[in-house]
Amino acid sequence: MSAPAATGPRRDAGRVRFGHVLSSEWTKIATVRSTFWTLLAGAVVLVGFSALWALAFTASFDQMSARDRATFTPMLPTQVAYYFGLVIFGALGVLVITAEHGTGMIKTALTAVPRRAAYLAAKTVVLGAVVLVFGIVVTFASFYAAQGILASKHLDGNIGDPGVLRAIVGGGIYLALVAILALGIGTLLRHTAGSIVLLFVVLFVLGIAGGFLPSSWGDTVNKFLPSNAGGAILDPVHKSGSLAPWTGLGVFAVYTAVVLAAAVILFERRDA
Amino acid sequence: MIEARGLTKRYGDTTAVDGATFSVAPGRVTGFLGPNGAGKTTTMRMILGLDRPTAGEVTVGGRRYRTLGAPLREVGALLDARNVHGGRTAYNHLLCLAKSNAIPRRRVDEVLDLVGLRSVAKKRSKGFSLGMGQRLGIAAALLGDPGVLMFDEPVNGLDPEGILWIRTLMRRLAREGRTVFVSSHLMSEMALTAEHLVVIGRGRILADTGMAEFIGANATSHVLVRSPQAAELARLLAGPGRRLEPDPDGALRVYGARAAEIGDVAADHGLRLHELATVQPSLEEAFMRLTGEAVQYHAGVPGAAGPAAPAPGTGAPGAGA
Repeated sequence: MSAPAATGPRRDAGRVRFGHVLSSEWTKIATVRSTFWTLLAGAVVLVGFSALWALAFTASFDQMSARDRATFTPMLPTQVAYYFGLVIFGALGVLVITAEHGTGMIKTALTAVPRRAAYLAAKTVVLGAVVLVFGIVVTFASFYAAQGILASKHLDGNIGDPGVLRAIVGGGIYLALVAILALGIGTLLRHTAGSIVLLFVVLFVLGIAGGFLPSSWGDTVNKFLPSNAGGAILDPVHKSGSLAPWTGLGVFAVYTAVVLAAAVILFERRDA
Repeated sequence: MIEARGLTKRYGDTTAVDGATFSVAPGRVTGFLGPNGAGKTTTMRMILGLDRPTAGEVTVGGRRYRTLGAPLREVGALLDARNVHGGRTAYNHLLCLAKSNAIPRRRVDEVLDLVGLRSVAKKRSKGFSLGMGQRLGIAAALLGDPGVLMFDEPVNGLDPEGILWIRTLMRRLAREGRTVFVSSHLMSEMALTAEHLVVIGRGRILADTGMAEFIGANATSHVLVRSPQAAELARLLAGPGRRLEPDPDGALRVYGARAAEIGDVAADHGLRLHELATVQPSLEEAFMRLTGEAVQYHAGVPGAAGPAAPAPGTGAPGAGA
């Protein structure tokens, strides 16, 4: 059977470029309420816990051991707050993809953008940019929230102190990488709850479990555990027993890249 | 123009689509007919690049879907109206799709008007009824003003007004020169909209032919006759090559005789006729006869769903041409 070539009316429009996919992904992330609520939760936890821990440190500083006092930095409350905040920013990364799988939107979306690697790349860029900018702002806020409280015991520091600015900006990058890692996990598992649990294990449980390893070799392993490696950037001064700040963040970036690469490969192959 | 060549999809031991070869031409509505589970949706998913064929290939306008730069401007598809993020408003849902294919923003308003969803454009789609969801899906399919349109069971969940609307829409799209490919398991719906048929059963293409040819090849017409002297008439009409079926309401269905012959017989014997009509066979009859063996799930007949494969070549002119 031979039929004339397709002669359907065509709209003459410009070529589709990666920028169009980016713009679409930006609209997507900006038009669901879960984005707003997750970012708000992340901000509340980072700033709130930072203030709470600043209060706790101020109240108990006199009872702390000499060693603990020596290693105290004005960044410490924010670092503790990060433990609790990380998973929330991760949840945003997970939701960006698993909400599409959960609702079936992924099928509609992949009909619009069948080049799956480009699709995932656009999601990564938009998510990374949103969390990076928001993360840096919130980390600044949490640092200043803590300083206001620490000042009562003259424990506060300044943005100009060595390593502080690097810790804050690096913290924002760390949050963005966590969100992207979560996006990769979400792409692999396609399921919201399962992905958040796995993320929680990777960021939280691994770090705790690492503490139980015999120190002869466990110390080395510990340094390279995701949360310990990534968290090194938050220390204004390089602590012994952890990787150098940028090295640590670099190691975390490698983990993220590996997970994301696996996600792209599987995403390309699997039926949607 | 959609062209499938040897398209096959296997899931483990199950073969969902088995060497499907067919083409869907522009300018007419082509119905994709088959029982539930016959492989219609899987075939459509492969056309859209959502599922990877195990073997064979399918192209749209000569290209594989995944290589299309701006697919929404070439192919519009409605697979499942629930495939949206319910937390997004109808407008924003369409806007996201439009942006990804460099489709201007005003087109979003146009299609919302076209499907009659303007008044709920700013509402989140999770609150939509089945019919409204279906309309949103159709709006998305029309967004890029594509030359090829595919609808999977589009009348599901629509009220009579909606069904009439979509029927008219599909015919209009075909008249405009577009390729329109519509799946359904509802025979009556197909009979009303489609001019051409691709029939699938158990993953195999059973026919790729015109609607009239399909019915003609797979079912025969008969004559409905009503008479107060039905018993006598039946006796006179009985004969070799004829089959008579009495209707519960007293009418007689005669196979193998023309209306004129029956009228003459009645006149010759002074029998009164109250009704004499030639009944064209329905698509349903033709379909049942063709796919009787190919239905995957038989209801309540143990053993009936045996391994009987559809007889090769059963009334399938044109398949593989």
